[in-house]
Amino acid sequence: MAKKIHVTLTVNGEAQEFLAEPRELLIHTLRERLGLTGPHIGCETSHCGACTIDMNGRSVKACTVFVAQADGADITTIEGLGGPDGLHVLQRMFREHHGLQCGYCTPGMITRAHRLLQENPAPTEEEVRFGMAGNLCRCTGYQNIVKAILAAAAELNAKEAAE
Amino acid sequence: MIPPAFEYHRPTDLASAVGLLAQLGDEARVIAGGHSLIPMMKLRMAEPAHLVDLQSVGELKGITVASDHVQIGAMVTQSDLIAHDGLARAIPLIREAALQIADPQVRYVGTIGGNVANGDPGNDMPGLMQCLDASFTLTGPSGSRDVAARDFYHGLYSTDRADDEILTRITIPVPAGGYAYEKQKRKIGDYATAAAAVLLNRRGGTVSFASIAMTNLSDMPVWSQAAGEALLGTDCGTEAVTAAIAAMLADIDPQADNRGPIAFKRHVAGVILARAIARAWSRT
Repeated sequence: MAKKIHVTLTVNGEAQEFLAEPRELLIHTLRERLGLTGPHIGCETSHCGACTIDMNGRSVKACTVFVAQADGADITTIEGLGGPDGLHVLQRMFREHHGLQCGYCTPGMITRAHRLLQENPAPTEEEVRFGMAGNLCRCTGYQNIVKAILAAAAELNAKEAAE
Repeated sequence: MIPPAFEYHRPTDLASAVGLLAQLGDEARVIAGGHSLIPMMKLRMAEPAHLVDLQSVGELKGITVASDHVQIGAMVTQSDLIAHDGLARAIPLIREAALQIADPQVRYVGTIGGNVANGDPGNDMPGLMQCLDASFTLTGPSGSRDVAARDFYHGLYSTDRADDEILTRITIPVPAGGYAYEKQKRKIGDYATAAAAVLLNRRGGTVSFASIAMTNLSDMPVWSQAAGEALLGTDCGTEAVTAAIAAMLADIDPQADNRGPIAFKRHVAGVILARAIARAWSRT
């Protein structure tokens, strides 16, 4: 067995330190070591996007990152965006616009949409569809997901204009 | 899907990275974005005992745009390529192609160096680099050497790069005229069923320059010199395009797989090349 390495991460604003085998996949670190079960394991082959997290300001599929590669990274998961006591605007809009049915893809969808809106605060529908192309949903047909993201963008922009 | 155990190294400069490869021998692999290597490791089709992570090697980063050429560090990601306005002005073909690779998450981590060095015929950048007549800089224990993209590929996952060399930089002459990258794929994120990279220039009403490369239609990218020559001196009309497609079809060697039988792939290759030529010509 290869020797363990010392890993430090910042996850949802909290410093984490532990010893891990380099081959540990980041999705397992988050779910099993840190108990953050928001990021899901879907295909495990970097296609479906259910495991999408935010790492150093980029949307990343955590099933295809070794924890060793992530050493030193700043990570945000769905848990860091909002929760039952304070939904993120994207979470609220997914609820209002029926942007989910079974909900399995939703944490990855919202985490990805969050980064998309950081980079492009007022996307067109086409830009949303292109920007969300790395996340698969097998229930909704995407229509309401796109609506929810556009509605969240509109609310965020209205709020900014008011400030 | 648990990948095999390995020892992890994260050198901070190129000399250390090359030194690690020399010291560890063929037990070591470099890792860039990892989105080709990690899936192979999960399937246990690759079991390197040592991974040398290039993410902190500063010499492998950055895009430099000069008047007649562009240099791109191997660790530049697809999303870096797309975001770089100077690069898009100099060689818009690269942004057009990079937008058709994988999906947003994969483009954030997938690198141009990994894409060209892996030797996977499904990758888009090798054919693109052959079309652009790029050259690759390889650095090993005895120094650096440059290899033309058109000479780099030997076959499936087989390239001119030696095990102890790292592909560090790509140099591309700035082309003139029109360009197009056309890709047929089953879904976002898939490799091409067929893709074509085309550069054209004109003198008056006739083609004065043509370069054509095809992706995923052989065990390596195919730069079809004959297809380009079929267009030279013509008006780029139907007859010339038909001749170029015929020449291209003689150079490719697609295999049947889950993207379709050979006849279908040859048909798609022709359609895609015709579209790419038309768009490139409209941009001259």
